[in-house]
Amino acid sequence: MKSFNYHSAKDSKEASKLSSSNSAYLAGGMTTIPSMKLGLASYKDIIDIKNIKKLSGIKVSGKSVTIGATTKHVEVANSKDVKKAISSLAALAEGIGDPQVRNRGTIGGSIANNDPSADYPSACIALDATIHTNERKIEASKFFKGMFETALKKGELIEAIEFKIPEKSSYQKYPNPASRYAVVGVYVAKHKDGTRVAVTGAKPCVYNDKDLSKVLDSNFSVNSIAGMELKSSDMNSDIHASAEYRANLVVIQAKKAVEAC
Amino acid sequence: MTEITLDVNGKKVTKTVPDNTLLSTFLRDHLNLTGTHVGCDTSQCGACVVHVDGESLKSCTTLAADIADSKVTTIEGLASNGKMHPMQEAFKKMHGLQCGFCTPGMVMSAIDLLNKNKDPSDKEIRDWLEGNICRCTGYQNIVAAVKEASSKM
Repeated sequence: MKSFNYHSAKDSKEASKLSSSNSAYLAGGMTTIPSMKLGLASYKDIIDIKNIKKLSGIKVSGKSVTIGATTKHVEVANSKDVKKAISSLAALAEGIGDPQVRNRGTIGGSIANNDPSADYPSACIALDATIHTNERKIEASKFFKGMFETALKKGELIEAIEFKIPEKSSYQKYPNPASRYAVVGVYVAKHKDGTRVAVTGAKPCVYNDKDLSKVLDSNFSVNSIAGMELKSSDMNSDIHASAEYRANLVVIQAKKAVEAC
Repeated sequence: MTEITLDVNGKKVTKTVPDNTLLSTFLRDHLNLTGTHVGCDTSQCGACVVHVDGESLKSCTTLAADIADSKVTTIEGLASNGKMHPMQEAFKKMHGLQCGFCTPGMVMSAIDLLNKNKDPSDKEIRDWLEGNICRCTGYQNIVAAVKEASSKM
């Protein structure tokens, strides 16, 4: 790993002051550190944001669940408040990586990284989240731009993620047996104003499957989407699964999610 | 360079190390505590698991600077007065190791499980040990060892 200067910021202001075109924020480090070790990334300055108290914690109101950016997966998974308000979100957190990764990894880090197979981005899309940064509020539908790409500007810091509480929801992941990343994961959420079917792992970036959402909007049942065939031409194809396999898996996982709702 | 103070196995240590020093490197190269193993070095195998303030984590994916002033327990800190920790005893009794490379991480991870769940089922043990890989594939006896330890701890 190349050398860098380590800083620990006390508040968002200090963190953003320390940031430059050659710096990275460090939360759990579950992706940042391996990326640096593998030589895929290098920075002059690493700015640790874990000591910024304001960035951690869970707040539930009547309509939404707001989770601070440095809140760890284990905290979301074990939170009684999250379980009560959006149980599928706690279940998603429980399924990330392994216990040691969940002890360190954070929601803000997961979203900022936007891995095409990560779990949390699908929750943001399905639960119509608003991403609060130190500069603005960004709708989830405008946040995830492409593979490992987000709407965040250089030095912009995620402070919290606000999820809308749906009428019912479920996240169903088909995990890679080795990495536990999603080969395909489908998050179905039925809101008053419509159903969202967020898909991770299938394409270079998380997306809301409009075909599935439309059918479920008019008839929220397993049968209504059974046998649907999705276009596979823009889906990922790798040693783990072909594009056609993934297209089929999206429908299968969506059916499981509707059934579990 | 940065000065880092940690409580390691009940002993206060202070070292000045480069900012990019990993906790696994700090323990192995700067403190000569080589019981913490580095296997995959990509945070998948779990041979490097230690406890920081009572929680298990992968020391190969944690900066030493990041956990400054914390309390660290490694495999070397488990035995007391020449007597093995019940988890170590259980791994010995149930033949929970073959080559032994993964064992320090397995033991540290399993202790964290029993701290949170005193009487885990076989499935809960297997789920918990997801981040610990044994390339001898001796999982049956590892699960048996954790079961055995749960009756003693």
